[in-house]
Amino acid sequence: MTGRISSLQSLGAADGPGVRYLIFLQGCPLRCIYCHNPETREGEAALTLTAEELFERILRYRAYFGEAGGVTVSGGEPLLQSDFVSELFALCRSHSIHTALDTSGIGGDGNIERLLSLTDLVLCDLKFTTEERYRRFCRGSLREVQDFLALTERLDRPLWIRHVVVPSLTDSPEEIDRLVELATAVRNLRRIELLPFRKLCLSKYQALGLPFLLADTPECDADTITALSARIPPQLRQPCL
Amino acid sequence: MNYTAWDGFHPGVWQDEINLQDFIQKNYTPYTGDEQFLAPATQRTSAMMARLNALLKLEQERGGVLEVDTHTVTSVTNYPAGYLDRDNEIIVGLQTDKPLKRGVNPFGGIKMTRKACEAYGYTLSDEVEKEFTYRTTHNDGVFRVYNADIRAARHCGIITGLPDAYGRGRIIGDYRRVALYGLDFLIEQKQKDKDRIANELLDAEKIRLLEELYQQIAFLKKTGEMAKMYGYDISKPAVNAKEAVQWLYFGYLAAIKEQNGAAMSLGRTGTFLDIYFTRDLEKGVLTESQAQEILDDFVIKLRMARHLRTPEYNELFAGDPMWITESIGGMGCDGRTLVTKTSFRFLNTLYNLGPSAEPNLTVLWSSALPKAFKRFAAKVSCDTDSIQYENDDVMRPQFGDDYGIACCVSAMRIGKDMQFFGARANLVKLLLMSLNGGRDEKSGQQIAPASEPYDGEYLDYDRVTEMLDRYRPWLAKTYVTAMNMIHYMHDKYAYEKTQMALHDTDVHRFMAFGAAGLSVLADSLSAIRYAKVRVKRNENGLITDFETEGEYPTYGNDDDRVDMLAVEQIEKFLAELRKIPTYRDAEHTLSILTITSNVVYGKKTGSTPDGRKAGEPFAPGANPMHNRERNGALASLNSVAKISYDLCKDGISNTFSIVPQALGNDVETRYANLSDIIDGYFAKMAQHININVLNRETLIDAMDHPEKYPNLTIRVSGYAVNFHKLSREQQREVISRTFHEAL
Repeated sequence: MTGRISSLQSLGAADGPGVRYLIFLQGCPLRCIYCHNPETREGEAALTLTAEELFERILRYRAYFGEAGGVTVSGGEPLLQSDFVSELFALCRSHSIHTALDTSGIGGDGNIERLLSLTDLVLCDLKFTTEERYRRFCRGSLREVQDFLALTERLDRPLWIRHVVVPSLTDSPEEIDRLVELATAVRNLRRIELLPFRKLCLSKYQALGLPFLLADTPECDADTITALSARIPPQLRQPCL
Repeated sequence: MNYTAWDGFHPGVWQDEINLQDFIQKNYTPYTGDEQFLAPATQRTSAMMARLNALLKLEQERGGVLEVDTHTVTSVTNYPAGYLDRDNEIIVGLQTDKPLKRGVNPFGGIKMTRKACEAYGYTLSDEVEKEFTYRTTHNDGVFRVYNADIRAARHCGIITGLPDAYGRGRIIGDYRRVALYGLDFLIEQKQKDKDRIANELLDAEKIRLLEELYQQIAFLKKTGEMAKMYGYDISKPAVNAKEAVQWLYFGYLAAIKEQNGAAMSLGRTGTFLDIYFTRDLEKGVLTESQAQEILDDFVIKLRMARHLRTPEYNELFAGDPMWITESIGGMGCDGRTLVTKTSFRFLNTLYNLGPSAEPNLTVLWSSALPKAFKRFAAKVSCDTDSIQYENDDVMRPQFGDDYGIACCVSAMRIGKDMQFFGARANLVKLLLMSLNGGRDEKSGQQIAPASEPYDGEYLDYDRVTEMLDRYRPWLAKTYVTAMNMIHYMHDKYAYEKTQMALHDTDVHRFMAFGAAGLSVLADSLSAIRYAKVRVKRNENGLITDFETEGEYPTYGNDDDRVDMLAVEQIEKFLAELRKIPTYRDAEHTLSILTITSNVVYGKKTGSTPDGRKAGEPFAPGANPMHNRERNGALASLNSVAKISYDLCKDGISNTFSIVPQALGNDVETRYANLSDIIDGYFAKMAQHININVLNRETLIDAMDHPEKYPNLTIRVSGYAVNFHKLSREQQREVISRTFHEAL
């Protein structure tokens, strides 16, 4: 079974604990207004590899993972290739390599339960907190995300909820309060992370000839993140910046 | 043998013979805790440092040199005692009679001394000029014997930076011996060696050694005289921690007064000194604050060490470095860590006194180091960008547990090994010269023996490597011959008697060769092999440029197709060097290290098949070329780790810059991740890594607003520099390098 891959990065330190090997898969069902990886949405994969081939590459970096690190599969949307990811994670598990699944929770194409059972940590991006806004800014359904979260709870998978803070779009205190409410509805929640909106992706949009609708929106600063973090229960907060 | 100064020490063979390793192993106290015990700078220390900072500012304002004494040839006892603040200094001793004032040392070469004086607006005095008309310098000696090949190779820059006009350095005296034994015992031991050898069958080698021993003894005595000028009698062992530091420093000070070697490293003194600190602390005669204060004052002295250099020298070795390398940590062969509280105290000087390029603090890293120490070292890197890491797990098996680093990456057993430093050969230029039938691609001049140049339009990998194979032996022979001549003459005219007196008499010698341009060579060969490279010739038929079509793997992406080309070229070069016998039967070693000469090497090299244009800098050391790393930081590290330390026993330098965010969102995560990255890199048997945790924007801002960042320190290639001491060109080059970013 082969995976459609957009890119591989040997060092990631922001998507899950410790030093991580990052795999960005190709293809995504959502169209988020602030999408950071527009090149992964559709079109040809840059790279096609079997799970074994990809795992061979991961093994070259195992020495760096220490006690905390491991592999994070992101995208794109990894749930679109759940069988491939399951195969990869099964290989990781057989070598005691920690696995994280960075997902929106939307787009499961196969046996999600099997994938989750092989996943050590779920990083679920909760993008908007009302059905209406989720549809409008991501073209997806919040309901589906909630179903996914419920599934992670049933399977008791450690969960981090993540939320991109975009100035004047997702940065209101009410938005964060609703986020906390939705997130704490599941018992397997371990952490809530607020991620600052960045515009490093601008050049990617230009290269793809796509408009970036938030081109004029300012980046989110660290102070905003710190201030909003105060609304998250202390035991769920990320460490201080 | 026994002295009351040794009361409280565990006995051992160290009492009857000079054996620091035995003394340390029998007496030191490993420390596995964290940094909470450390003391901040005392008021005295802060005032002392403020005084030095004012002088440093003045030195910078005067173009990098505060003052030159053009009348006095520097040596161990040629200057009266000098002080920074006599009443408040704990550790005393300056190279000249005033802080930051530089003496002249023409033993390496009078022309260089003259030029160095002129560069800073001085004229070398008539009396020194006159004295040296009757003396042969090291530089004179070398040029009396250089042959045509060496001259041509130097001129075109295929071999550059040879220590034929400056002190070779890279020798570490075992300065600890002065503290543990006192000078009388050291002189007695050397006299015994001399008497023994004098009765052996004498050949030229032994007669030379006899004369060297005579000089060693004479300069040990001079070291004692120098100490007396400061009111100390160091003929007997040091009785407490303060004396131990002072005695040790006098040993080092005598060495840097007598010699102006390129790199004059300190060795591995922390764990040794810790034994004295611990004894005094346990006796209750010293507090933690006082222990730190002694070490802080010692480091202030080290930060004041200076040599007078020429502008050409500064191009090769930018930022006025001394390479006062102190090796910290590591593991003992018995499995106990050699990390002590003094390992922490040394790193703590970067907080108490501020970040600094010198001393060149080098952590000997092992996977088995205590976790709290790993975390603290990573924190120091994140906070100061002032330290480097070298892999104890690959060096300890070869050198035991009492070695230190000379200069950047050169390991040697303290007091037992020395090296003949040899700068480096430009392997990229060898490639271009091979294609051009032995002619220099820039001038067209015939450098190596003539043969048919490459005649096709497109480069064929097999034919190109065959041509390389034909010219490599010429380069190796020219290089080894030059080194033999240089070190013969250095021993004859500028022998390091003070430092060699602090070595065993039967010393092991390395001859340290070097190679520059590894990543350009690897990428060029990869382009030739995996893409299509068309040659462009000038009107004289000289190949001066290339046109490369198609994709090819580049070094720095963990791709064996190209990484192994780099390894193969190193293997072949080392094998060729080893065919030529060395002066004094030194062991051939090789380093992949450029210091900052990667800029000069690039300047002297024409366009290359990897798309690098004529004159553009190489990457430093074993680094991949700037911004050709496509798979992230760890892939880049994996590529460099393939260059085996077994081949490059003189070191493989890698300088790694990463933005803070790429290590994690919060500081604790960054420390943990950085520590894991070093663990991972060294588990791959890599040898060295310089770490900078900073943003490119900071450096750009510092270029425009130097006053905002007076102490901005960055690691370059095996050492650290104050950013403002780099030339604009070097600053731009540093900024152009890859900064691994957050995704």
